Amino acid sequence: MTPEPGKKPRRFSLWMIFGPLLVLISGLLWKRRTHDHPPTLPSQIQQEQSVQTPEPPPPVRRGPVGRWIEDRTGLLGLLDQAKQHRAPAKSRWAYVFGSATLFSFLLLVVTGFGLALVYQPDSTTAFGSLQAIDAHPLWRTLRGLHYFGASAMVVMIGVHMIRVYLFASYKYPREVSWLTGVALLFLTLAMAFTGQVLRWDQNGLWSVVVGAEQAARAPIVGKGLARFLLGGDTVNGGTVSHIFALHTFWFPALLFALIGLHLFLAFKNGVSEPPVAGKLVNPATYKAEYETLLKTDGVLFWPTAAWRDVQFSSLLVLLVAGLAYWLGPPAVTVPPDPSIVQADPKPDWYLTWYFTVLALWPYGITNAMLILAPLMAVVALVAVPFIRNRGERHPSRRPWAVGIVLSVVCTIAALTVVGNKEPWLPRFEAQPLPASVVASADTSVKLGAALFHSQSCEACHQISGYGGLRGPNLTSVGSRLSRGELAWRIQNGAQSMPPYAGNLSTEELNHLLDFLQTRKNH
Amino acid sequence: MKVSREEKQARREQKQALRRDRQEKRRQVLIIFGAGGAAAVAAGIPVVGVLLAPALTPRRAAWRAVGKVSDFQVGQTAEVKFKVADAREGQGVSSTVGAWLRRTSESRFVCFQMNCTHLGCPVHWVSSSELFLCPCHGGVYDQAGRNVAGPPRIPLRRHAVRLVGDTVEVQAQPIPLPSLHGPGLTGQGLSGADS
Repeated sequence: MTPEPGKKPRRFSLWMIFGPLLVLISGLLWKRRTHDHPPTLPSQIQQEQSVQTPEPPPPVRRGPVGRWIEDRTGLLGLLDQAKQHRAPAKSRWAYVFGSATLFSFLLLVVTGFGLALVYQPDSTTAFGSLQAIDAHPLWRTLRGLHYFGASAMVVMIGVHMIRVYLFASYKYPREVSWLTGVALLFLTLAMAFTGQVLRWDQNGLWSVVVGAEQAARAPIVGKGLARFLLGGDTVNGGTVSHIFALHTFWFPALLFALIGLHLFLAFKNGVSEPPVAGKLVNPATYKAEYETLLKTDGVLFWPTAAWRDVQFSSLLVLLVAGLAYWLGPPAVTVPPDPSIVQADPKPDWYLTWYFTVLALWPYGITNAMLILAPLMAVVALVAVPFIRNRGERHPSRRPWAVGIVLSVVCTIAALTVVGNKEPWLPRFEAQPLPASVVASADTSVKLGAALFHSQSCEACHQISGYGGLRGPNLTSVGSRLSRGELAWRIQNGAQSMPPYAGNLSTEELNHLLDFLQTRKNH
Repeated sequence: MKVSREEKQARREQKQALRRDRQEKRRQVLIIFGAGGAAAVAAGIPVVGVLLAPALTPRRAAWRAVGKVSDFQVGQTAEVKFKVADAREGQGVSSTVGAWLRRTSESRFVCFQMNCTHLGCPVHWVSSSELFLCPCHGGVYDQAGRNVAGPPRIPLRRHAVRLVGDTVEVQAQPIPLPSLHGPGLTGQGLSGADS
């Protein structure tokens, strides 16, 4: 597998592919210029059809190779038809995100094909094979492409969805496009989740456990679903090969089918025209109006509409390649050993907001919401085209739509920021308070300060910049609470604080109280 | 109006031809769905079977030795490691699992499954404050495994513990899967906590 020092054979094999291809392409181009196309039946039909369009396409000229291919397969004719597909002239840069999602997907397919050659889908060997991949600069970049490609696909599918929703492109006759899009969104997230698990280090391992624990809450099917994700009762030798099969065969097969349908519908119903305030969608007249629009203010999809898609997607792929090359994929460091309890599992950045939600919503509703929240998201998204598939499309006439998008985007952004700080997390690594902070000669106060650290109070409470963020800051708690109130709180705990009644002796409690009472405003 | 015999005959034959045609079509459709369906089922059952196998195979439990009685001090909680119940040969690090074993008296042990009952993350034992803390969303349990703060709604699950001679054995069991309504546990480990 190690590349030979001499690069000759490699270059030779590249030319074996590109050489004949170049000859074929130049030959086709040359023949296209010189040959006249003899009239044949299919092209006559095509001409008859094209009479209706304002600019009748010139008869297609083909060389002998082209004629042979067309006669035996009919593929070139199909391509020509596709090229004559028309799009509204004003559907420009706002419309590049769907194809960007598609190109991100294709990037993931191709890099996935590459990774599958060197990744070993087995719980025992996956970690080692990932380290081997990272040790090889080119393979490491390949893994980076796959990682950042996944980020790009998640972002692009989100932006595409927002564009479709704000422009109300899901209205008549494009309802099924929206529905397949919703299915594709959830499949993409399923791919993101399983992909993260396949990065089989400590984080990947706990990701699949956390995923299974959430699925387990579903009524009736929950337990089965959880065990399906784990590949058994626990994380075991078969977990990775199971997730690998889902990630590389089952989900992609569904993705390909749904993307095919999504694209077919995009051609069948055409790309939506940008909304105009006051211009309503009426199912009785829309299709005829759209046809007229394409004739009066339409452009050929190829190349007049497609060049923007290709340009944007190419830049996106180049950006992903740059990130993959310069930043590289996330490191795989801690082995996937469930018995290593020093773990801090976290999902990839685009799911951090949901990780935050799991920590922050009221504890009492957690169980129900683990199932209800995703279910409500599905129902809400599926309902969108059925709530209203006609009427206004312009965002300025749909303030609720704008409000919903803004609040969802802001919420996700805010939750992501909070999720990166993890204020709910006890800071185990907090250092004991230095003498300058304790600032007391009293022995009991010093002992109390030591207990503040050793009893894990400091893991959740901050004093003068030291300690965790989970509970209230205690820098000046002595000014706020009396000795009795402090004692009551320590012994009884709170919603997020354990009661220390059984853990502290009376003596220890007194030291701690002596210390906390010195924490005052100065 | 009188219909000639030939005409009647012709109509009858026409009807019969139509019926034969319908029967023929019905036969063809039956073959398509019957034979096609049989072939699809024959090939599909093993595929669906292997797809759903992890969800359908019966749960397993197994006793694992984790050390000598003398390895553990009374009143202390220590981490023990052992193979999961459905570990097969040569399945490496991912088939090892940890648990927290507490010796409560000379002859009594309690073993806590390390998975937090919120979302399954591994809880840490902080010996100085005698608490289990979860690194994911901040769940807290006391030394008896009771949920005392944070998101968890139920105590830590326990492994059954038994003493065989002077060897401590722990029963390996599935990851706890809390249900929608509450604990929803299959009684695993709750009865045999002490030995």
